[in-house]
Amino acid sequence: MTSSSAPSPISTSAASPALAAGLSVADAGASQGAEVSHHAEAGHGAEEGHGDFRLFGLATFLVADGMTFAGFFAAYLTFRAVNPLAEGGNYELELVLPTVNTILLLLSSLTFHRAAKAIHQDRTQACRNWLLVTAALGFTFLGGQMVEYFSLPFGLTDNLFASTFYAITGFHGLHVTLGGLMILIIWWQSREGGRVTRANLFPLEATELYWHFVDGIWVLLYGILYLL
Amino acid sequence: MTLTLSPPTATPEPQAPLQPQGWLRYFSFSVDHKVIGLQYLVCGFLFYFVGGALAGMIRTELLTPLSDFMPRETYNEVLTLHGTVMIFLWIVPVVNGAFGNYLIPFYVGARDMAFPRLNAVAFWLIPPAGLLLISSYFIGSASQSGWTAYPPLSLTTPATGQVIWILSVLLLGSSSILGGINFIATILKLRRPGLKMLQLPMFCWALLGTSILVVLSTPVLAGTLVLLSFDIIAHTGFFNPALGGNAVVYQHLFWFYSHPAVYIMVLPAFGLVSEILPVHARKPLFGYITMVYSILAIVVLGLVVWAHHMFTSGTPPWMRLFFTIATSLIAVPTGIKFFNWLATLWGGKIALNSAMLFSCGFIFNFVFGGITGVALAQVPFDIHVHDTYFVVAHFHYIVYGGTVFVIFGSVYHWYPKFTGRLANETLGRLHFVLTFIGFNLCFAPQHWLGLNGMPRRVAEYDPQFTFVNQVSSVGALLMAISTLPFLINMIYSAFAGEKAGDNPWRALTPEWLTSSPPPVENWKGPAPLVTHPYGYGEAPQPQAVGASSP
Repeated sequence: MTSSSAPSPISTSAASPALAAGLSVADAGASQGAEVSHHAEAGHGAEEGHGDFRLFGLATFLVADGMTFAGFFAAYLTFRAVNPLAEGGNYELELVLPTVNTILLLLSSLTFHRAAKAIHQDRTQACRNWLLVTAALGFTFLGGQMVEYFSLPFGLTDNLFASTFYAITGFHGLHVTLGGLMILIIWWQSREGGRVTRANLFPLEATELYWHFVDGIWVLLYGILYLL
Repeated sequence: MTLTLSPPTATPEPQAPLQPQGWLRYFSFSVDHKVIGLQYLVCGFLFYFVGGALAGMIRTELLTPLSDFMPRETYNEVLTLHGTVMIFLWIVPVVNGAFGNYLIPFYVGARDMAFPRLNAVAFWLIPPAGLLLISSYFIGSASQSGWTAYPPLSLTTPATGQVIWILSVLLLGSSSILGGINFIATILKLRRPGLKMLQLPMFCWALLGTSILVVLSTPVLAGTLVLLSFDIIAHTGFFNPALGGNAVVYQHLFWFYSHPAVYIMVLPAFGLVSEILPVHARKPLFGYITMVYSILAIVVLGLVVWAHHMFTSGTPPWMRLFFTIATSLIAVPTGIKFFNWLATLWGGKIALNSAMLFSCGFIFNFVFGGITGVALAQVPFDIHVHDTYFVVAHFHYIVYGGTVFVIFGSVYHWYPKFTGRLANETLGRLHFVLTFIGFNLCFAPQHWLGLNGMPRRVAEYDPQFTFVNQVSSVGALLMAISTLPFLINMIYSAFAGEKAGDNPWRALTPEWLTSSPPPVENWKGPAPLVTHPYGYGEAPQPQAVGASSP
């Protein structure tokens, strides 16, 4: 590392190429003889360290991702407003299964929150259990989507509404699938000796943010596609 | 806050994986922002020459009113490739990726971008996407529907090329989004402590505005192109009127990206020119704060003007009124910036070197392109010249006369920083004179062609336009010739140019306060705190203090 080994100068290092983030601590570790504790680092380091901006980066990405959905929703609403309903087409959808699904997904946000809270209190096992519950709720949601897909009376290319419905719900389902896999990965990594620990919470926090985002999108989707 | 960071464990900190040194690193997955910046730059120039060759083919075809140089289908492929290559593989990557990556970490006082690996990923998406796009020409048929890919045209032209085009643009869009996220995080979160937002060089603000536009609008294009590919591959009917779809919705979604894309191409150029002018006029940038607000205003307005591209697409009157007014309003912040540049030059001690000449060329061309832009925002005029060569001329005055001139000026300005050697001024001035004359000779007559009704994107035209088209083609030839002194200069000076020293322009922005070329991690010591990046002629001396001062 090229950071100076002399203890005195205030470290001005930002991103060293090797480490994407979390550098002020790496610098502290590299400066010999100056064992800076986390809190001391945070104390006078408020003016030199940059904190952790990985979640900020993810949030920016989610804004972009949200804009994709916004484009789809705008297209759907315009189609509905402008294009005549195809023959035999129907905007009304069966509501029971999607409503149950909505509740499942909202519950999964809650359980993920419990998982994060548990690991903050150092109750790793509870956290892992809550993570499993969250993943189970997510995959149940996906199963429900599959059941709905196979029971619907229209296919992808039947009419404009059908195409838009499958495109939007499918794109959201892709997000849920990815999120479910991410939850399983952090569940595995939070085992004894895994990489997700109280000292390295970023993977869990990132997945949580993403999961809440996917749930929020579903609520919008449910309102626009099913209720409207 | 810092609790979330992972402390180094008992094992010794693993060293950064050894990056290749010397020229080899430019072919590696380097995470050094300066290497990545130059990768963007050189890669962009390679695609520029491809796009330029395609433009040469177009101008050759248009020497005569008949399609005798190439078949009409080939002409359509060539114009589509030309547009796509120039926009997505040359201007956007170079003006954002190349200069943004090279300069932004310096300007915020950081040693690299916020997410260096993501940065490298963003760059390495570009060469495969570009090769993919160009390969489509050789494996059957490239896309023929223009860079706008309007359905139903894009649904009826050969599908292979169109799908490859979509895939390529999706890759390039992803690269662009990843880059935008990185710039936003770097500028907002990685500033050197003590450095305030309003002390940043103007290019930071320009890239911040650009990146906001990239993050907000590019995903919409990506989603739209996915739907378009469904229409082609799975025969859905989103944009296919024959299947009950709505082609105008495609236009709305496309322009929701592609109008901001114009600002994505030109806002960074505004920023770069704001860096070059004060240095070579030895005066502070005039009206810093108004420049900042102008950029922010352009970002906001740029998101709500897209339908002025669609005045002939059956837009209702209220929509026409709204988009005309919003578009005309953009002239206000743009005009503020324009007059600020003039005021920066006014009374300055101007050095008319290559960088300054190209910047002045930009100001000249851009005011012309801006005025035709305001004209095009007016519905009656727009309907008259829609899809004619007038639009082609306007667009090239913005992106070539504007942005490409700034790219050349910036290359000359930062060449000593990139290489440690000065570029040859005689060749540089020759390059400018040839480019300036060639560009105006090529595109100014196209205004006349458009006003008189010559449609764009057609290989054949009315014989009455022959002479003016030939004049335009001569201008294009001159532009092609003008790249020769540039290329010779760049290659010759890299090996045999005069040694530049660290700061040949006596500039005050932070990238000049280190060696040329800069070391890995940018500064040997602590990053300097530059609070007056434009303090030229200010008594008693510029404020560039080391970090250890209180």
